[in-house]
Amino acid sequence: MSDRLILGTRKGTFILEKKDGRWQHVHRGHGGANIAYAAQDPRTGTIWSMIDHGHWGSKVSHSKDGGKTWEEAGQVKYPEGARHQEFAMSEPPEGEEPPPQKIHDSKVLKLWYVEFGTEDQPGRLYIGTIPGGLFVSDDDGKSWELNRPLWNHESRGGDLFDGKKPTGPTLWFGTPASMGTGEFAPGICSILPNAKDGNHVRLAVGCAGAIETKDGGKTWQGRNKGMIVDFLPNKEPEWGHDIHFMAQCKNDPNHVWHQNHMGVYYSDNGMESWKKVDDTDKGVNFGWPICVDENDGKTAWVVPQVSDQNRVAINEGLFVARTKDGGESWEQLREGLPQEHVFDTVYRHAFHNKEGKLAFGSTNGNLYLSEDSGESWQTLGNNLPPIHSVRFA
Amino acid sequence: MPKVELARHLYAFFPDLEGKEINVEAGTAAEVVQAMEKLAPGFAFYICDERGELRRHVNLFIEQDTVRDRKHLSDKVGPDTRVYILQALSGG
Repeated sequence: MSDRLILGTRKGTFILEKKDGRWQHVHRGHGGANIAYAAQDPRTGTIWSMIDHGHWGSKVSHSKDGGKTWEEAGQVKYPEGARHQEFAMSEPPEGEEPPPQKIHDSKVLKLWYVEFGTEDQPGRLYIGTIPGGLFVSDDDGKSWELNRPLWNHESRGGDLFDGKKPTGPTLWFGTPASMGTGEFAPGICSILPNAKDGNHVRLAVGCAGAIETKDGGKTWQGRNKGMIVDFLPNKEPEWGHDIHFMAQCKNDPNHVWHQNHMGVYYSDNGMESWKKVDDTDKGVNFGWPICVDENDGKTAWVVPQVSDQNRVAINEGLFVARTKDGGESWEQLREGLPQEHVFDTVYRHAFHNKEGKLAFGSTNGNLYLSEDSGESWQTLGNNLPPIHSVRFA
Repeated sequence: MPKVELARHLYAFFPDLEGKEINVEAGTAAEVVQAMEKLAPGFAFYICDERGELRRHVNLFIEQDTVRDRKHLSDKVGPDTRVYILQALSGG
């Protein structure tokens, strides 16, 4: 349903609906609470909100009446004995062995993303967390189970449960989104189930890369061929890629896109390999979110920023960049967006598309919508709280 | 029995506790949290994480003293003491 928008903001969950031809703010939930992410399950209509309480921890909340009332669902907890390694950032003095990686007893640091199973998987939900665990529910969020094959993946040093020793160092770096949690930990920021095959799920992990399962989560394979990390001695490592957000064409999922810390990447072969498709003349390089057309896998949109060092709108004017040819060329779409004194940043989960509509929200509390694939934009709100996520129902 | 006093913010999540005098059977801070969980299911996961540790930005006072063992909450609680559960003032 593209006539309802769900916002996760610094001050609660906001619901907007299009009624009588006009977009209206209809409900607020979780007043004052920090919402990391909120989205609606298209199968049931239930809205799910990931609350990130400053004091009381992360909580899963849901609404079965369109955001009017909310109640807590089953809570996500790491199982007894779960442990993980923290990537050692310090270099050893010359001639000395690297310091051992720190091993933590695992706990939820942040609930970062929720996604929904396919039509033939009723009750299946996924939650991506910091420090990088994927939790799965098959009873519509009443209970959650950690996916252990991913958690115990060799790229993280294998099975560390119950005091077992790592088989090697973790190759999953931390994400800056973990700052403030007391740990530099990785996080699952994108979860992409294949609409036609529920056993096929792709994930993006900041900062590890793309990974997928084709057997319902029993085994996971990294898919990072072609990605470049400019600042590392080995510029094409197997792991350690900072994917900000990844999206795929719903009806042609061989077409996968992601906005990486290092640029925009496109794969037209189901992540077998990636191609960097930046266009610096059009400002397309650094940014956070990305959207892919539901039917045409060569069409994608990004909201570019100046650079890693200066995370604001380019030349103080806001635009969305669109490609229709798999990143061969890009165009800037500015009609209806502010073009003076703009410093908005659009976070990785704060841009979405559905049925020809696009919407994005910024950390400055501005909310914009296009109903013509990005050609023109209207303002749905100014002076809102910082917006962390924007999703059509 | 120890008497428990809560930060006002917690009543937003556990409205049934508001206005009630809370006295619990407990000899340690951990037992206070366990007793609160029985009284208000879900309470313990607000105060402690899944490892049972007091959350980073939560404080538990036994009379005037902050709890010392934040990992296991083994601090003794006397029969007539007051226990305060508060959010730490750790941000603006």
